[in-house]
Amino acid sequence: MNHPTELKYSKSHEWVKFQEDGSALIGLTDYAQDALGDLVFVNLPEAGDEVTAGEAFADVESVKAVSDVFSPVSGTVAEVNEELLDAPERLNEDPYGAWLVRVENITEQEELLDADAYIRFCEEEENG
Amino acid sequence: MELKTPLYETHVKYKGKIVPFAGYLLPVQYESGVIAEHMAVRTACGLFDVSHMGEVVCTGPDALTNLNRLLTNDYIGLQDGQARYSPMCNEAGGVVDDLIVYKVRDDCYFIVVNAANKDKDFAWMQEHVFGDAIFTDISGEVAQIALQGPAAETILRKLAAEEAIPQHYYSAEFHRQVGGIDCIVSRTGYTGEDGFEFYLAPGEAPRLWELLLETGRDEGLIPCGLGARDTLRLEAAMPLYGHEMDDTITPLEAGLGMFVKMTKDDFIGKAVLEAKGAPSRRRVGLRVTGRGIIREHAEVYDGTTRIGVTTSGTHCPYLKAPAAMALLDNAYTAAGTAVEVDVRGRRVAAEVVKLPFYRRAR
Repeated sequence: MNHPTELKYSKSHEWVKFQEDGSALIGLTDYAQDALGDLVFVNLPEAGDEVTAGEAFADVESVKAVSDVFSPVSGTVAEVNEELLDAPERLNEDPYGAWLVRVENITEQEELLDADAYIRFCEEEENG
Repeated sequence: MELKTPLYETHVKYKGKIVPFAGYLLPVQYESGVIAEHMAVRTACGLFDVSHMGEVVCTGPDALTNLNRLLTNDYIGLQDGQARYSPMCNEAGGVVDDLIVYKVRDDCYFIVVNAANKDKDFAWMQEHVFGDAIFTDISGEVAQIALQGPAAETILRKLAAEEAIPQHYYSAEFHRQVGGIDCIVSRTGYTGEDGFEFYLAPGEAPRLWELLLETGRDEGLIPCGLGARDTLRLEAAMPLYGHEMDDTITPLEAGLGMFVKMTKDDFIGKAVLEAKGAPSRRRVGLRVTGRGIIREHAEVYDGTTRIGVTTSGTHCPYLKAPAAMALLDNAYTAAGTAVEVDVRGRRVAAEVVKLPFYRRAR
């Protein structure tokens, strides 16, 4: 399983990529997409919506079930990846390319893990 | 504590994602995923472990009269080897379970019931048996493997003699061999495709599974899990106990009227079904015209009026679209009726459509 070292990770299996302008791209980790299975629907917020660290801001649906996506940061949605609305399978195919939203005006962030700590966390979840 | 089917180790070997289901540990999917497994069954072939299903044998001179009293369908005139589906009703006209009965011979019938209901069903049969007949639960002695899809017959022909292959849908060959393994070969399934189900001794199940997979590889056969089993049956609009019917839903409401023979002699539930007359709600199909996936237990509305509830729903991989089934008030069951469904607080537009969503070309 692939977990790039330049990203930060939440314990609810989202990745965060902080940009030079202070905004952040948020997506689902490889571990998450594998656990969820084939994704067939994505429900995203709109640009301008506020998101809150630790709270659901989107949902993704596999053939079998719906799962909330939690925001690792608080801020304002600057942009949503509308390509995913028609092609949710991109989340499975390229989890680190298929970002869900870009959040700006970040005021708060959850405790985030680096890649090594996240890999250990996933292993504990698997065996727990 | 969940039970393991005789194929548990095989599922682990083939990297099945194991989940608890109806008291058993079963694969929800394998490495290829639900969509690929679903498509394999529609276009090639898929292999399923359905050993969790329950099997009961009814024997004795009064076997037929017992079945005809216990079940809503009519078993008079059934030929040896023929199978017939039926709901089994309670006194209130609700459904105890739905099942398939095979006639082995005049005084012997083989019954296949849902895994989650097998203890309840057997108790119900024991409670209502009369005359010279005996019900015997043989679930522990029977494994079941399903081979489903347009390539199923081609694959089976490589392993079995002509006489072992049932010619007609809903018929079975007893005491036959597939790849040298003793089994019942039944031309039935729960996917909307042509296919076969094999009933055999649990100890032989891993050998038959490997043999079928090996033989079918060139035809595109892959192992499939419970996920694909559910999306396939939903796309084909086959009802699932606990969803489209249960102890409180009558078979007439569930759209199973053709399996309820009101003109035959008395059967359990008949009086209440007769007294109720035409049902006030019915099962329909819903096509999503808005955005979203409608799941089970979602409330259905006409404006502010609640008109029913969904019973199953998912994304249908072959149709590449979401679909759901619902029980709706009679006034809203005509095809083309526009409705709204509450999906976790959000209204999703849908339209009533004729069932099934998918029907295979014959």
